[in-house]
Order: sequence, then C-alpha cells, then structure tokens
Amino acid sequence: MAIDTAPAPARPAEAPQGRRKGGGKPSSLLTVLTWILALGFFSPVIWMVLTSFKQESAAASSPPTFFFEPTLDQYRAVLGAGAGPYFLNSVIATGVSTVLVIILAVPASYALSIRPVKKTQDVLFFFISTKMLPVVAVIMPIYVIAGQLNMLDNIWTLVILYTAMNLPIAVWMMRSFFQEVPAEVLEAAQMDGAGLLKTLRSVLMPMVAPGLAATALICVIFAWNEFFFALNLTAAKAATVPVFLVSQMTSEGLFLAKLSAASVLASLPVVLAGWVAQKQLVRGLSMGAVK
Amino acid sequence: MATLVDSHNRRERARRADRGKERAEGWRRRGPLLPALIFTIIVTQLPFVFTLWYSLLNWNLLRPDGTEFVGLQNYVDIFADSTFRQAALNSVIYTVGCVFAAMVLGIIFALLLDREFRGRGLVRTLLITPFLIMPVASAVLWSVSMLNPSYGLVNWILSLFGIPAVDWTSSYPVLSVLMALVWQWTPFMMLLVLAGLQAQPRDVLEAAQMDGAGWWRTFTSITLPQLRRYIELGILLGAIYVVNTFDQIYIMTAGGPGTASANLPFYIYQRAFLGFDIGQAAAMGVVVVIATIIIATFALRLIFRSFDVKD
Repeated sequence: MAIDTAPAPARPAEAPQGRRKGGGKPSSLLTVLTWILALGFFSPVIWMVLTSFKQESAAASSPPTFFFEPTLDQYRAVLGAGAGPYFLNSVIATGVSTVLVIILAVPASYALSIRPVKKTQDVLFFFISTKMLPVVAVIMPIYVIAGQLNMLDNIWTLVILYTAMNLPIAVWMMRSFFQEVPAEVLEAAQMDGAGLLKTLRSVLMPMVAPGLAATALICVIFAWNEFFFALNLTAAKAATVPVFLVSQMTSEGLFLAKLSAASVLASLPVVLAGWVAQKQLVRGLSMGAVK
Repeated sequence: MATLVDSHNRRERARRADRGKERAEGWRRRGPLLPALIFTIIVTQLPFVFTLWYSLLNWNLLRPDGTEFVGLQNYVDIFADSTFRQAALNSVIYTVGCVFAAMVLGIIFALLLDREFRGRGLVRTLLITPFLIMPVASAVLWSVSMLNPSYGLVNWILSLFGIPAVDWTSSYPVLSVLMALVWQWTPFMMLLVLAGLQAQPRDVLEAAQMDGAGWWRTFTSITLPQLRRYIELGILLGAIYVVNTFDQIYIMTAGGPGTASANLPFYIYQRAFLGFDIGQAAAMGVVVVIATIIIATFALRLIFRSFDVKD
C-alpha cells in the first residue's frame, strides 16, 4: 500500500505524465469537449424522442418548444393507425431471413475455414462481390420475375431477398470466428469420424456461439432497416415498417409528433440490438476484417 | 508376366480407390458450402443476367406493342441523357462528400474516445446510435424536424446567431441529403478507426512517450501509419454502401427540385418504377455495376490484405 501511494509526492518529476493519464486539467477539458460533441451529435435523436411526446401544436412551433407536458397520445395514434401488421411483416421478414442466413452460412463458413485451399479465396471473393452488386441493377428482373411467379406483395419474397442480402456478410463474419477456433480442435473433431452435423453442434457451436449471436444481430439490423426492396415489391399486404413510416408521411400531411413517435417505434428494436451488440458491431460492419 | 500385369492392375485399382476417396473427401469438404453458394448464385447472379438482357431491349411497360431488340441503343441513349450524367455526378458528390466528411468526424470522435474517462461507454453508445436509427426514420427526422424552414431545429439555432431562415431541402437539396448521410455514416467510420487505435501496440506508444515524443509526433509517426489500413477500409466499404443511397433522397427531396439531387439509384428507380422504361433502367443498372466493380476491386484487395496480415 505504502509503495502504491508514495511515488507521487516522492518523485515530482513524473507529475506531468501522471497528469496526462489521470484526471488532471487538460484531460478533463478534453472529457468535457467529448461530452459536448457527443451530445451535439446525438441531439437529433433526443429531439426526435422529445417531439414524439408532444402534442402536434407544440411539435410544430416556432421557436421550438422545449418544455411541455409529455403525452403518449402520439404513440396511441400510431398504434391506432394500424402499425401492427407492418411490424408483424417486419418481424417475419427479419426473423425468418436471419434464421435462414445462419442455417446457410454456418456450414459454408465452416467449409471455408478448415484447411483453406486456393479456391477458398475465390469463393469468398464471389460472396463479397455479390454484396457489392448495387440492388438497383437487379430490381427490374426481380420485379418482373416476382410478378410472373405471383410473388409480388408477398412477405416470402422479402424473406428470400433479405437472406441473399445478408448471407455474404454472415459467411465472412462466421469464417472469421471459425478461424479463431484452434486448428487441432477442428482436426480432432474430424478424426473422430463424427458426422459433420454432430461435429458442428457439439464441438464447434459452443465455441463460436458469441460470434453466431453477433452475426445474427448484424443480419437483423440490415433486414429490419431495409427499404428499397420493401418499397418496390410490396403493397398493402406485405409492407414492412419503413414503408409504414413513409405512408405516414405522405398520406396524411405532416403530423410531426405522430411521425416522430412512429420513427421512434420503428427504430427502437435495432437501436436496442445495436447497443447490446456494440462490441461486435465493428466486426460485422467490416465483414470480419476488423476485430 | 502375369505377376507384372497383376501388380499393375492392383496399383491401378488402388490409385482409382484413392482418387475416389479423394473425390469423396473433396465433396465432403465442399458439400456444406454448396447450399449457400447455389442460393446466392440464383438470387443475386441470375437476375443480373436478365438485367443484361433487358438492357438490350426497347421495353416500356406502358406501351402495349411489347419488346424489341435494339442492341446497344439504350447505352447510347443514356450517355446522351443529361439527367443521367447529372445523376452520375451527384452519386460521386454524395459518395465522396459523405465518406470524406464522415471519415474526418469519425477520426476526431475516435481519438476523443480512445482515452480513459468518465462515461466513456455511454458516450460511445450515444455516438453509434445515428447508424442504428432506421435510415428512413433518420431521413424523416432530418427533412422535417431538423431542416424544416419554419419550425426546424437547425434554422432556430441559426436564428440565435441572426442568420435568416433557410429552406434547406429546396435551396440546398444535395447539402441537406449530405447532412443526413454524414450523420448516419460517421459512427461507422468512428468504429473502424477506434478499432485501429486500440489495435496499436501499447509498448511502442509507451516507448515513444519515454523517448519524449510529443502527442503530435507520436500521432503522425506511429498512430497514422497504423491507422492507414483502417482508414482505407472505412473509405472503401463506406463508398460501396453510400453509392447505393436511396432512402434519404426518396424521403428528403424525391430527387428534386427537378432532378437536381437525384443520384443513380434514385434515377434508375424513377425510370423503372415511375417511367416503366425497363430497357433504359436496366442499361443504367449495368453501367452502375461496372463502376462499382472498379471500386470493389480495390476494396476486395484491401480486405484480403487485412485478412492476410491477421492470419
């Protein structure tokens, strides 16, 4: 104990360094600056949440209203405007596509991570290049084909497209997690003569479970927020939350407070998921390249 | 003689068995890959083949006389189309502007976050949130709550400094969309740069400090070279995503006034789903893909380099 506390007064020469590391003056100034910038950057979110608890008259006032009696009227109005089916569609499109992605990506990334061969790079290259294909370049044929198959305004069309949209990210991400499994574990599991499914389930899955959760969350984020396919391929029946949000904007003029409440509700699931998974976010966004 | 033939046959049989086993082994290893591969090819590659074919047709859904093969005429037409050229230019402005501004802000935030201080986790949580907000919702937020000329928050803040109200989305549509884009993509850049900062070898940093190198010296000669790979990755991945921007333009400006703020994805959407001109929209799609492939080639090389370093 004495050794821990003694050096500071005993060796004044080290004071500047100690100040830089500890809570001295320049450092606390920087902290204040950081907080101000962060709150400024975040303020549109605060504003959106505040607006959602206002009455319409207070929401569209000039100058802006900062003090008001909060109300849940707008949330009630959004739910009363038939948001339910849209949320259900989003949950189906997001949930089912994420499950499908995992089912397809886990074996694929496993195959790509054990004893990598030269072809591995080609396959990985292929997967990621599909992610770089602009969706506008394929929307016309998808629209025409879906129309011929009677699949327009059908939630399963979105499920299939979201699966394809997220599969490359999941393959890359899962591969980076499989690569962290020691090679001996993989080899030993194979030597056992255990079937692939059994190997995957009993040996590998527990080891990559956190990675799997992170991958699923990334897929959820992208699928939940997707708008372009939903806008063009759905109408009354299969429309998802972003389409609902836009419909609130166009069909009823500007009800700012209600629109903000709808925005908050629409964003909430992914914001919460992202907050929970923020440590894994960077890995997913860089497709496994950055940890 | 007989024994020679026998042994040859035996060897041949063994070799064949080996090859069979090898093939079986190959399939066992490739097998798990196939469902994902086949699915991806069918859903993403096949439609593009159709797009290539459509781009050679004169096909407007509104005209009853059906389709007609016109060869490369659509390509000639779109390059003569000044709106297409403007949309292409806007695509470049959005992509370069957003990626650059988001990267600068991202680096600043990442440097500020790469220290121990009270509430660091909370600050990081606040800073990543704009990326998680549904892009449609954030576009609504920017176009209505923030940039509305009469009751938007931005004009109110400007009015405190005596600056008269600005009708952002009509007068500065590209800038307005850029604001929303930069707000959305800064956290992405910040996270990548922060990961780079935290991957710095601590002992090298401490050694530099021991040697009396100042903050700026340490930053330019150790941190920046280390960060370079992460910055490149952020720029290229960001560019690939931002090129495809659609939501913000659709909601904030609808590509207007006129077509002033349309980018290529939005213009293609307009031609395909409002103009029903499948042939030309497809041709534009093909051009976008070619442009993307050029960027993507660099991006892929970079990602692989990152992987190689790590392996």
